[in-house]
Amino acid sequence: MLSQSQLKIQQRNRLDNGGRINRGKPITFSFDGRPLMGFEGDTLASALLANGVDVVGRSFKYGRPRGIMTAGVEEPNAVLQIGSTEATQIPNIKATEQMLYNGLVAKPVNGWPNVDFDVMGLLGRVGGDLMTPGFYYKTFMWPKSRWETYEKFIRKAAGLGSSPAVPDVDRYDHMNRHADVMVVGAGPAGLMAALRAAKSGARVLIADEGSEFGGSLLFSKETIDGKPAMQWVADVVEQLGANPQVTMLTRATVNGYHDHNFLTISERRTDHLNDRAPSGQARQRMHKVRAGSVVLATGAHERPLVFANNDLPGCMVASSISHYINRFAVVPGNKLVVVTSNDSGYQCALDWADAGREVVAIIDTRAAPDGVATELALERGIKVMKGSALIEARGKKRVQGAIVAPINTSATFVTGDTQHLTCDTIASSGGWSPAVHLSCHTGSRPVWSSEILGFVPGTTTEQRWSAGAVSGQQSLSDVLADGVKAGQDAANATHASGKADIDDLPVPIASSGNQTHCDAMPVYLLPHTKPCSRSPKQFVDMQNDVTAAGIEMTTREGFESIEHVKRYTALGFGTDQGKTGNINGMAIVANALGKTIAQTGTTVFRPNYTPVSFGVVTGAHTGPLFDPQRFTPMHEWHLDRGAEFENVGQWKRPWYYPVGDETMDQAIVREQLAMRQGVGVLDASTLGKIDIQGKDAREFLARVYTNAWAKLKPGFCRYGLMCSDDGMVMDDGVTACLAENHFHMTTTTGGAARVMSWLEIYHQTEWPELEVFFNSVTDHWATMAIAGPDARKLLEKLTDADVSADSLKFMQCTEATVAGIPARIFRISFTGDLSFEINVAAHYGLAVWKALFEAGEEFNLTPYGTESMHVLRAEKGFIIVGQDTDGSVTPLDINHGWAVVDSKPFSYLGKRGMKRNDFLRTDRKHLVGLRTVDSQAELPEGAQAVRDPAEPIPMTMVGHVTSSYYSAFLKRRIAMGLIKDGLNRMGETVFFPLRDGSVIEAEICSTVFLDPDNQRQKV
Amino acid sequence: MFLIHCPYCEEHREEEEFHAAGQAHLPRPLDPDSMTDEQWGDYLFYRKNTRGEYRELWVHAAGCGKYFNVSRNTQTYEIYATYKTGEVLESTSQMSVGPTGSVLNYRTADKEGS
Repeated sequence: MLSQSQLKIQQRNRLDNGGRINRGKPITFSFDGRPLMGFEGDTLASALLANGVDVVGRSFKYGRPRGIMTAGVEEPNAVLQIGSTEATQIPNIKATEQMLYNGLVAKPVNGWPNVDFDVMGLLGRVGGDLMTPGFYYKTFMWPKSRWETYEKFIRKAAGLGSSPAVPDVDRYDHMNRHADVMVVGAGPAGLMAALRAAKSGARVLIADEGSEFGGSLLFSKETIDGKPAMQWVADVVEQLGANPQVTMLTRATVNGYHDHNFLTISERRTDHLNDRAPSGQARQRMHKVRAGSVVLATGAHERPLVFANNDLPGCMVASSISHYINRFAVVPGNKLVVVTSNDSGYQCALDWADAGREVVAIIDTRAAPDGVATELALERGIKVMKGSALIEARGKKRVQGAIVAPINTSATFVTGDTQHLTCDTIASSGGWSPAVHLSCHTGSRPVWSSEILGFVPGTTTEQRWSAGAVSGQQSLSDVLADGVKAGQDAANATHASGKADIDDLPVPIASSGNQTHCDAMPVYLLPHTKPCSRSPKQFVDMQNDVTAAGIEMTTREGFESIEHVKRYTALGFGTDQGKTGNINGMAIVANALGKTIAQTGTTVFRPNYTPVSFGVVTGAHTGPLFDPQRFTPMHEWHLDRGAEFENVGQWKRPWYYPVGDETMDQAIVREQLAMRQGVGVLDASTLGKIDIQGKDAREFLARVYTNAWAKLKPGFCRYGLMCSDDGMVMDDGVTACLAENHFHMTTTTGGAARVMSWLEIYHQTEWPELEVFFNSVTDHWATMAIAGPDARKLLEKLTDADVSADSLKFMQCTEATVAGIPARIFRISFTGDLSFEINVAAHYGLAVWKALFEAGEEFNLTPYGTESMHVLRAEKGFIIVGQDTDGSVTPLDINHGWAVVDSKPFSYLGKRGMKRNDFLRTDRKHLVGLRTVDSQAELPEGAQAVRDPAEPIPMTMVGHVTSSYYSAFLKRRIAMGLIKDGLNRMGETVFFPLRDGSVIEAEICSTVFLDPDNQRQKV
Repeated sequence: MFLIHCPYCEEHREEEEFHAAGQAHLPRPLDPDSMTDEQWGDYLFYRKNTRGEYRELWVHAAGCGKYFNVSRNTQTYEIYATYKTGEVLESTSQMSVGPTGSVLNYRTADKEGS
């Protein structure tokens, strides 16, 4: 711990008194490895300035030294890397936003080996003149093939900060909120709006990005209703706090304004406390707000003026000087020169003089400023140079002087001799740009106001008002009155008003009142003795090193749209999104093109207003909570059995069950043989199941399936193929008739939800007259498919039903008990062997499954997973929709003409589609079997087929492999593929040239490799 | 993020509960088999891409499961009305519109709905 005297030596720019800091709580932190001290209540920026740190970073393109320029979120330069450990690294933190805490570790994001001596800076000085807009594209895009090589080095040199290499250790969360009136910003306008709306009885949410409410009042010397401004703020906050209808959020930036008054707020809950969030607390929170009305009281950002070398540390926007002096008791220099085009620039000189330091001069671009501000400065004995401009800053790593010259009345050229003023700080004010960003997020375009020389929010379809500086109010009295009015209108519009206090809320009286002011002068770029292209660099966008000369050159190269200029120069990109530079840049573009700023227009502002962390966007949705996971009732058993799992949609399905140290190939060979030679069981619970009831259920099925359903009797099952109306295969499955008006439909695992909404949309919008009801019962039933020659023997041990070959025939179903549990048994097969699908209520699933294994021990009952299931079904030529079909194949293409019945009275879905001209061709791609000449040759799925492997590239491709497996039972490879004209070319050979140059030869054959006479499944 | 009034639930609910299902009022032809390929293709594949007022089908997927019609401005994203399938919306001129042109005040609508 440093002693008080050491503290004082260190914080040489700290005043002895004043400021909203807690001098009783000194805080240690480090910057670029240097230990420093500040006080509780400091931002990182104010603490750095207190310690006299001038250079906080190096510029992105030229490596020029940069210092803190503003005191808010608009800061372009003081972008730092924060974090003491790898897991808590945060890049691109604005020092002006980050509150100081004990042990804070900050580093510059660029500058090598350090910011005070930077190698890129030397390069920038030498090569700077060459690095014009489009430099990278013009220089490194040739030869084009080398771009990827150059890019790596360019990106490395250009980076802003680094992301942590290990997972974030903190938690983040989301919260939904509802409000009658959402007030964005808690400056004077926002506070009044919130107070007024709350008094009307509305439920109010007010959020501010700052660490405490007050906005511009945090550094104001005005009084309101006779009280110091911040005392007035404290009183209003107390009133709001006492109202249970009001919610107040600090350190909460409203970053997005979305459709229908939906707003997102990023709240930094613990970033001001420590490197890590305290145990049990979320570091940041995303509030998702739905508001009846919205009041935007987002204020305005002061624009700097553009002059030569205006990026030197020590050049700051005028209001930020007042901010640092009045709020943090920090005077960021000793000798100040102010350059301004308006009255508001004067205040910082008065504050500076009050702090006991020297104001060298105020340079006013206006020929005859005659407002109260000018009078006050003159009364204080401050030198005011009228009709003049500061045309160039001098210095190396800090301002050491300023060149001043008289200018003409439109500020386009220098009219007389220049003079040098010695100073270490230059404050500039080019007027105020309303923070219209949020107002634009929902598509509203801002409107140029020549009165305030800035864009103000335009019309909107949202129920939204703007109040205060953002809507162009300039005096505190007007701002307060505007807030009251907006709060009242916003509350009235929600119909929430009239419940409570209906008295008019008097508008508080500000000390500045309606004092005479002198109109601001529309000036953005200050002239130099040399033309723009020859003067020292005049920076418009500090973060992207965009200069006035660069913008002029861009317009000469033919970029006229402001959106194109933005993308070519990078004006307005980056973490500050051009909050200080945009209007100046647009003014320069407009001037170069001979247009007005209103004609040039703005670029489009989109969410987010300021950068947000990935953590707060993600919230709690990480790791296992990233996406829901679905487990079958038998999942625990699969885990115990050591199953490997496959993700099928959100389902976790057993993929295979390795025994001992079996590989996957070994395991599935064992599983297949066990099933074909004895009995196996598959957990088929994930299969989509839809319960269909109603007197028109049968008719409905006939309309959505391609085959006939009129004669399916209760107790029987049928395979159905579903097409979309274009005639393409969409889904398939077996549907059982449980009773005359009751059906049990199964769908593919992945298609369950899609089929359900498919049935609903046709029922609801096309055939509402049909009396039919659908119920998704996928999760209601546990399904286990026992298959193999011993399947019946196993089932007979457990069921009370007669499942003999004569009683329960292939494609029949029955209700019975299995292991004492009520069950539905479907004798259907997806393997081609004798098979029963047992359905029991889901919560009995595990018990019945275990009972099967107990009874199945004597038959060596073997569980098999999805991988074996795929092989077993392919041996029999059963398709998998989505694998063997791809949305471009009809039932006829996959040789399923037997499942298409055109004699049905209703033109079922897909019928007309299948009759389109192109589908009547006989040489479309058909699904066929592919028997490799070498029985062990592995055809990769997706391999392309050609008829002539000797044909020069590009060869004529005639199809591709859709399924390919090793069949353990057949002891050979089997495959299916979509091959042009395949069904008419049985026995012909096709070739599959592979990437490694080899060619696999295969014969076109039937897709049915096993038991073409269907004997096995009918035993 | 829209706030959508489900005409069946008679409540405004978050967009997350709904899915869009394409252009509304496209009845399936009653006799597809008598249509030419071109007519059938027009029905299947051709959709309007209106700038301005547009009629869409939405489904309250995570709610009542019902499909319904939405009259929405594709430029401003205003929702003028939602109405049940089978109902007809004659004109958007009678919409109750809020003070700034919005019909989205959930308080108002809740009161109207109850």
